Amino acid sequence: MDSFIAALTIFVLAIFVGFEVITKVPPILHTPLMSGSNAISGITIIGSIIAAGAKYTTLAAILGVTAVTFATINVVGGFLVTHRMLQMFQKPKTDQKEKKKS
Amino acid sequence: MPQAFVNIAYLISSTLFIFALKGLSHPRTAVRGNLLGALGMLIAIVVTLMDKSIVSYELIILGFILGSAIGAISALKVPMTSMPQMVAIFNGFGGGASTLVAALAFIEAIELNKAMGTQETVATVASGLIGAVTFWGSMVAFAKLEGLIEERPIRYKGEQIVKIIFALASIIFGIIFGMEKNMNYYWYLVATSSILGVLLTIPIGGADMPVVISLLNSYSGLAACATGFVLNNNVLIISGSLVGASGIILTNLMCKAMNRSLTNVLFGGFGEIVAETDEDKVYGGKIKSASPEEIAMLLENARRVVIVPGYGMAVSQAQFAVRDLMKVLESKGIEVEFAIHPVAGRMPGHMNVLLAEANIPYEKLKEMDEINPTFEQTDVSIVIGANDVVNPLARTDSNSPIAGMPILDVDKSKTVVVIKRSLAPGFAGIPNPLFAADNTLMLFGDAKKMVQELINALKES
Repeated sequence: MDSFIAALTIFVLAIFVGFEVITKVPPILHTPLMSGSNAISGITIIGSIIAAGAKYTTLAAILGVTAVTFATINVVGGFLVTHRMLQMFQKPKTDQKEKKKS
Repeated sequence: MPQAFVNIAYLISSTLFIFALKGLSHPRTAVRGNLLGALGMLIAIVVTLMDKSIVSYELIILGFILGSAIGAISALKVPMTSMPQMVAIFNGFGGGASTLVAALAFIEAIELNKAMGTQETVATVASGLIGAVTFWGSMVAFAKLEGLIEERPIRYKGEQIVKIIFALASIIFGIIFGMEKNMNYYWYLVATSSILGVLLTIPIGGADMPVVISLLNSYSGLAACATGFVLNNNVLIISGSLVGASGIILTNLMCKAMNRSLTNVLFGGFGEIVAETDEDKVYGGKIKSASPEEIAMLLENARRVVIVPGYGMAVSQAQFAVRDLMKVLESKGIEVEFAIHPVAGRMPGHMNVLLAEANIPYEKLKEMDEINPTFEQTDVSIVIGANDVVNPLARTDSNSPIAGMPILDVDKSKTVVVIKRSLAPGFAGIPNPLFAADNTLMLFGDAKKMVQELINALKES
């Protein structure tokens, strides 16, 4: 029971932190916010790693490898695509710098 | 490795995730934020790989290779216009992974004869349910956005009852699973929840997609969170809550931007209502169509121009042409800004990403509340492929399906130019009196082609 209350406390506090941080994200970055937070939700990868490595049963091994694959797609794809988008938001700034130099 | 060390590493990861989201509060800090998030994930993965219950690494490596290849190729190849379906499908994989991890935790408990407490059991059911709904809901959203299945709402008689039956069935299987602790019931639960996920998304169409995608984003976070309760793992709980909160905030914003409740979006049956207003009454004889040359002349004399992009711009990939138009206008000393409606496009922030891709500085992208008061000082507003978000009926007709929806007040500018293929209605299925207004000129044709013709006409003059 104690561990449940501790987990619940963390859950509730994390939701408050989430609300505080995310309400400060401007609308122009909402798409990267979605893909970026999506990558973070790929944290289930750590659960899947242990399950795939422990190999309890054949079924568990198959499910494990599927779970690792799904979560890795989520993590790798999510962070990469977010990076790609965010760099586009930076480009105009470098353009202006170049103009100033020339 | 001592468990305390692992937990401290997870705490560092959680902190980095919070910094990642904090970085997104400004485009300047966002790239660094995202890299911090990736670093947090790397730390969590590396620490987990040292777990003592791992007996072999082949399967893990196989999963890494497969997942990285699929993830990286799709992330690098996807065109910015297809970002909504990309995010939808990634969400789905996250939800799917949560469902599987919860199942695996249960198998482990059986194999090792570990007792499962109430917390773990309830959380396993929640992971299975939310994860499966997320996975299949996202697959349907992906298929709709990709045009693989009908994008318009698919509705049938008694659909609400069918949904309730599947929701109840999932919960009942969940309860039996909790009492019997039998794996089969978990799979029955996953099966009914999967069907529920499909049923919940199928009836929701095109322009409501921003809400659906935000909601699925939130679900994928909640599924991860539930898995955290299964495994008693804090980093999962924290990350899941952050993502869940993010999705809920976005869902709420999108609903507000359409002046509709979430229930109405999910169960409402929007867009299927046949317009009662006679199109002829609104448009009859009042539509003024103009040539690119005429509009170019108009633009020549303007001092301030506002461009309003909509989903039509994304469909015709016109963002680069729009950038060139902006450059030409600016070279003539005309002030150009962009007005972005929160639900323009198919996901939150969709238009901003497209315009950023075309190298338009983000300072020029203005939110609705910021730009609306400036339309009265705007000489020409150019609406490119947007419809419902500029429909003045939202302000004037309280019986309209979009009544009360906040819109961009383009009709207040001196002249409105609407680039559109035809007079076909938008997602709301209603005619738009803006097209027939005295100060509106229609430029019929494909967005990209018409913008290019405008540029040519401007350059010649």
